[in-house]
Amino acid sequence: MVKDIQLLTSPLSLETCQAQADDPTAGGTVLFIGTVRNHTSGKTVLRLHFEAYEPMAIQEMDKIAVQASEQWPLHRVAIHHRTGMLLPGDIAVIIAVSAAHRAEAFAACQYAIDTLKQTVPIWKKEFFEDGEVWVAAHP
Amino acid sequence: MKVPIKAFGIAKEIIGGSSIVVEIPAGSQVTDLLQLLKEQYPAFKELASLAIAVNATYADPEQEISTGDEVVIIPPVAGG
Repeated sequence: MVKDIQLLTSPLSLETCQAQADDPTAGGTVLFIGTVRNHTSGKTVLRLHFEAYEPMAIQEMDKIAVQASEQWPLHRVAIHHRTGMLLPGDIAVIIAVSAAHRAEAFAACQYAIDTLKQTVPIWKKEFFEDGEVWVAAHP
Repeated sequence: MKVPIKAFGIAKEIIGGSSIVVEIPAGSQVTDLLQLLKEQYPAFKELASLAIAVNATYADPEQEISTGDEVVIIPPVAGG
């Protein structure tokens, strides 16, 4: 399995991430694209600020790619995450997984995004017209 | 011993900066540090979770903290 893990302050590129998953022996590539929603609980989101504990975030994303490839036969895994200030519609994360067959690629891609949300030390603050909140901080 | 601790996300706002230095007895474990932080900053008790990373890896509660370790407060993560 070949992996490409990146934490970037510049806009993410679908083409770049997909190219990292390209493999002539793959029969399918699954891409997950996480974007900034324009509302939360009925409130308009103006912007989102992402920050990361960078060395550990890279390390944890790397672990996810390795763990995914231990569970499914994968060719390539690319995980690109953005940090900094993002606006609604902007891409916060792209995960591209290629495998010989689609079932493995779908399962591994879902595992990767679900695990990323649980373990990777990245935080986001939502800004509304009337305030701001750290997402998921409180029960 | 004096241990510098970094903070991110809401933890930064709770401690009022991006790092603090705490005084803990030699041989202290991660669980002792968590308890100390929750005593000094009760707002940590309100969070959905609170973890400590030592040298860029999630630390077990019984892990001992050594001089020179990079210690970071990890409030609930929200990537993606």
